[in-house]
Amino acid sequence: MPGTDSEATGARDASLPARAKIAVTAGRMAAALSQKAGRGSGSVIGGKVALKLDPDLLATLSDHLDVVLVSATNGKTTTTRLIAEALRAAGPVVSNALGANMPAGITAALAGGSDAKFGVIEVDEKYLPMVARDTRPKAIALLNLSRDQLDRAAETRMMAEKWREGLKDTDAVIIANADDPLVTWAASSCKKVVWVAAGQAWKEDAWSCPSCGGVMQRPGDDWFCQECGFRRPNPHWALQGTHVIDPHRGAWPIQLQLPGRANLANATSSAAVAAVFGVAPQVALQRMQSVAAVAGRYDVVSYLGRDVRLLLAKNPAGWLETFSLIDGPPAPVILSVNAMDADGTDTSWLWDVDYERLSGHPIFVMGQRKLDLAVRLEVAGLQFQVVESLEEAVRIAPAGRIEAIANYTAFQQLRKAVVS
Amino acid sequence: MSVPSHQNPGFGSDPRFGSQQHGRPSRMSESSLRVVWVYPDLLSTYGDRGNALVVERRARQRGLGVTRIDVRSDQSVPTSGDIYLIGGGEDRPQRLAAERLRNDGGLQRAAENGAIIFSVCAGYQILGREFINDLGEREPGLGLLDVWTTRGEGARCVGDVLAGVDPILGLPQLTGFENHQGITHLGQGVKPFASVQVGRGNGTGDGTEGAWRDTVFGTYLHGPVLARNPAVADMLIKLALDVNALPPADTTWYDALRAERIAAAGRPS
Repeated sequence: MPGTDSEATGARDASLPARAKIAVTAGRMAAALSQKAGRGSGSVIGGKVALKLDPDLLATLSDHLDVVLVSATNGKTTTTRLIAEALRAAGPVVSNALGANMPAGITAALAGGSDAKFGVIEVDEKYLPMVARDTRPKAIALLNLSRDQLDRAAETRMMAEKWREGLKDTDAVIIANADDPLVTWAASSCKKVVWVAAGQAWKEDAWSCPSCGGVMQRPGDDWFCQECGFRRPNPHWALQGTHVIDPHRGAWPIQLQLPGRANLANATSSAAVAAVFGVAPQVALQRMQSVAAVAGRYDVVSYLGRDVRLLLAKNPAGWLETFSLIDGPPAPVILSVNAMDADGTDTSWLWDVDYERLSGHPIFVMGQRKLDLAVRLEVAGLQFQVVESLEEAVRIAPAGRIEAIANYTAFQQLRKAVVS
Repeated sequence: MSVPSHQNPGFGSDPRFGSQQHGRPSRMSESSLRVVWVYPDLLSTYGDRGNALVVERRARQRGLGVTRIDVRSDQSVPTSGDIYLIGGGEDRPQRLAAERLRNDGGLQRAAENGAIIFSVCAGYQILGREFINDLGEREPGLGLLDVWTTRGEGARCVGDVLAGVDPILGLPQLTGFENHQGITHLGQGVKPFASVQVGRGNGTGDGTEGAWRDTVFGTYLHGPVLARNPAVADMLIKLALDVNALPPADTTWYDALRAERIAAAGRPS
């Protein structure tokens, strides 16, 4: 089972009610069988079996934990990892570190059994209200909301509304990004909110006021609605350059191995979460420094004698943040896009991404929907080559570290390709 | 079609662009094509920017200058554009867009002047007589197309679409991606833009997809539709120049994408 600090499963299980005990055991058996059959770690199937036998299992398992939930369109897996590292300063942590973020995966992670003090849990956006109800968290981090997989997911503002409705009675401290109007609106009905100025480069989903529909004014980093007065709250915490500013105006340098502005933002939110549990920002940030790659993301691998950095970008906001962290031209760039169910089957979003920013890079295009990408790049006036595989791209790429950017299943395929 | 007041004989008389279609001078104002993208702040949810980018690219490849005017919903819609694009959006922004367009009146005046208007999904519904808004109420549209939209009771129409375009328009098979709950009914004043081969289109069960009359078009197709169907983008440019041919422009990657999507849509998933 993923992400557990301890193998001391026995002591913890003994304290569980009978029904929960049976459910956890059955889940473990199902997971083991699935794993033996070569179908991944088996954690999700195990969680499904366990939840079926005991629908209250999630609540039971989180009963003895200080739970932190993390949700967002982008950055939730990385931030979950950063928070987990930070909180380990205060006690053992159990976490769904591999990104299985729906109820079954969360149940499996918690049922891993441990003497953990903290449960740091990444939650899929849709399930946040439900998981928040079941796990009674002490803190919930809300990082950002933007368009993602519109052919199957709810529309973006509807998601914000779902959060707003589902979280308004929670006793948890909400740690929310004040620079994202949709997140701010979702959080502003909650009792206790810690506002973090974490930034949000992508603005295209928040031009109309989530509250009244008025046209949003966005001078500089500020935002407000002229019609109803809904506006950016004064932040308690802020990301300023490469420093976290705490509520007492202390400035703490962020030294991450993870690249990019988005991860500086994730670290800032994580420091604010850690502070809720009494972990000081300097301690939290120092611990975050140990995180090098998260579920393979940002990993620099050696493949066919070349350095290839694997970057995940699932939606327009994610691509925008990714473009800002890659090496400048003439670093070769590989783009890979799939449109399986897990990616969303509609590729229209490619046209919301400013591929024009790749001008000057040698570009190689691959993946299931490489032709959609080819048309997109042609219209952007860029030079590019369409290739059949990572191997072909790497063999013909000019010198330099290669930046490989892929969406969800395309990223998994890249990871598979580089280890085989 | 009415004859516009500003004309530039330049492109209309350029032999590269073929003969004029209607014996009237080009409706293009100034020396560049004015492409107006209506309300990107509200109606740009499904990569709709792509339609503006493709029109711009296809025009520039023919040596035309292009001025793109993105009109936010707190600005007035200029009446002097050549091609107006209006895209898809979520239910609430759609209601706000309809309200603001009705109050502004610019798009209606442009239509009276014979402007070319190409609309997609939520934008298509807004051009009609009415649609059902996010509050479940009947919301008046702009009445630029004789269509009205009700809310489908069944599953949302989501997936790849193939359709044969109205033969009068002389366009190749249409490919795109639909994602809507609305059902659009066509009145006497419009013709179906296409007839569906795969997918749902207007959702009325009669196989129609989209609607058009004169130079006003509506479709449910995303993709974006002009990236999947550059011939439709070229048609809009030809209408703007009032010519019946354009100099050739490379379509290698579009053709490859089209072949792939047409084959994929034909396969049972």
